[in-house]
Amino acid sequence: MSLGPAEWQALLLTARLAAATTAVLLLLAPPLAWWLAVTPSRWRGPVAALVALPLVLPPTVLGFYLLLALGPSGPLGALTQALGLGTLPFTFTGLVVASVLYSLPFAVQPLEAAMAQVGRRSLEVAATLRTGPLAAFFWVVLPQVRRALVAAGVLSFAHTAGEFGVVLMIGGNIPGETRVASVLLYDLVEALEYERAHALALALVLFSFACLTYVYSRREAWGIGVAALERR
Amino acid sequence: MSGPRVALRWVRPGFRLEVDLALPDRCLTALTGPSGSGKTTLLRCIAGLERADGRVEFRGDVWQAEDRFLPPHRRSVGYVFQEASLFDHLDVAGNLRFALKRARRRPPLLDFAQAVALFELAPLLSRRPATLSGGERQRVALARTLLVAPEWLLMDEPLASLDAQRKRDILPFLERLQARFALPVLYVSHDLDEIARLADHLVVLDRGQVVAQGAPADLAARLDLVGALGEEPAGLVEGRVADRDGRWHLLRVNFAGGSLWVRDGGQALGERVRLRVLARDVSVALSPATDSSILNRFPARVEAFADDVHPALVLLRLRAGQEGEGAPFLARLTRRSLHALGLRAGRTVWAQVKSAAVLE
Repeated sequence: MSLGPAEWQALLLTARLAAATTAVLLLLAPPLAWWLAVTPSRWRGPVAALVALPLVLPPTVLGFYLLLALGPSGPLGALTQALGLGTLPFTFTGLVVASVLYSLPFAVQPLEAAMAQVGRRSLEVAATLRTGPLAAFFWVVLPQVRRALVAAGVLSFAHTAGEFGVVLMIGGNIPGETRVASVLLYDLVEALEYERAHALALALVLFSFACLTYVYSRREAWGIGVAALERR
Repeated sequence: MSGPRVALRWVRPGFRLEVDLALPDRCLTALTGPSGSGKTTLLRCIAGLERADGRVEFRGDVWQAEDRFLPPHRRSVGYVFQEASLFDHLDVAGNLRFALKRARRRPPLLDFAQAVALFELAPLLSRRPATLSGGERQRVALARTLLVAPEWLLMDEPLASLDAQRKRDILPFLERLQARFALPVLYVSHDLDEIARLADHLVVLDRGQVVAQGAPADLAARLDLVGALGEEPAGLVEGRVADRDGRWHLLRVNFAGGSLWVRDGGQALGERVRLRVLARDVSVALSPATDSSILNRFPARVEAFADDVHPALVLLRLRAGQEGEGAPFLARLTRRSLHALGLRAGRTVWAQVKSAAVLE
């Protein structure tokens, strides 16, 4: 059992996609998670639900709507065309956009749980120590949830690496551009190339298992459980 | 220099805080009152952590007015929270440096080494807050608050989460703080002992209103404030150590209108002390009973009486001295005794004090 050049290309592309998605999410998720953790706004519920939607929706639904929205006649497609970026479906960038939305709950939820533990009190304490809200977010909140940040990153990476439906809808199957490991695997199985499929599938299983082992061995990363109890 | 001025109104369903206070500068003002009277809310409003309507002025700076609201990080307060508020991601030294870096006032009140020495933190510097005891945490929090060089120190029951022993450990630190820095301090407490030990001025809050303010000893003996000043009514008496009885381990403390023998706590002759005398430890007699086990008796005049917690009991306000010119005391009697002795306001009696605690 070994990996051929097509498999390596697909795995590398998967890694690139997961890395890009994780990078975007690590910028996007912390402020969103903080807002969800502390806001008294009545919009909290709907926004939290929206963030969590990809957990329950079939990925194809998300992919379908993104295809429409990002396509030439969709509102976002019109925008990207006006900006001279062309349309995003069937491009690597399009995949990143879709993956960010698809993996959003995996980044936001552990962060939100940890940030709710840190709570508003930390900001108040910081304020009485001459630290404004923005500085407090960087110097007080983020350092206190650093383990959750790592967990959010690892989960986002692993989840993106494992996506299939969204990719298929919005990315298609272009080698080196949008043909990620899960799509290639589907191709291999359809072509009855079980030997190659086995190798690729096993690689994905081992990778995902390693990621989850890392996260679940550090339960405090979620801001709940062991560490929180010990602190009482 | 004029002290802080606070005129604030903060309204929420079922609760209304409305105060207009001019506080003395450079001394410790205690803020007390029953739970739910708005003490913490007032402190939070002054710090800017709550948005109240009104005006906060501090030494000529307007922190808050109709058209102005300085956010908390721009107000030069130091705030000590009731429960531990240390940053978990930093060790003790890191917590202290966090404040030191952000101190605006030059020169600072004290430097890192001085703060460590004052609060005896040297052995704790590399520890995480999670591994500290409650008392240690509050000492770190106090040191951290001073390192940010506040001009007005706000303390919200800093000792409330501690047991009696830890309280005794920390009180000296608070006294030192008061003696060393001429800072105005607003200190929320509902412990009359603490107030008697620390405060120069006392503000009593009830249901969001200031019901009284003045010297702690004067307010403690007011019958109308008994409910607001804690569960155990007590008089506070200022006195001076006048005599030592080495054989029986007693000190005689002279106060306006009389003197009391108290347990010898090692105070020097001539030292000023505050005594707390619980109302339940004071009884009255019409003649001096020399065959009683009670050591302390002095003439006093009945000023007034009021209902107590139970219909069987009354609280009496006494003033020491034949002419009732001395220190005020409270006494708790049964209503039956009041009748049996025929006590009225203006009557001179013998006050018998079973025990008195020296507070400093």
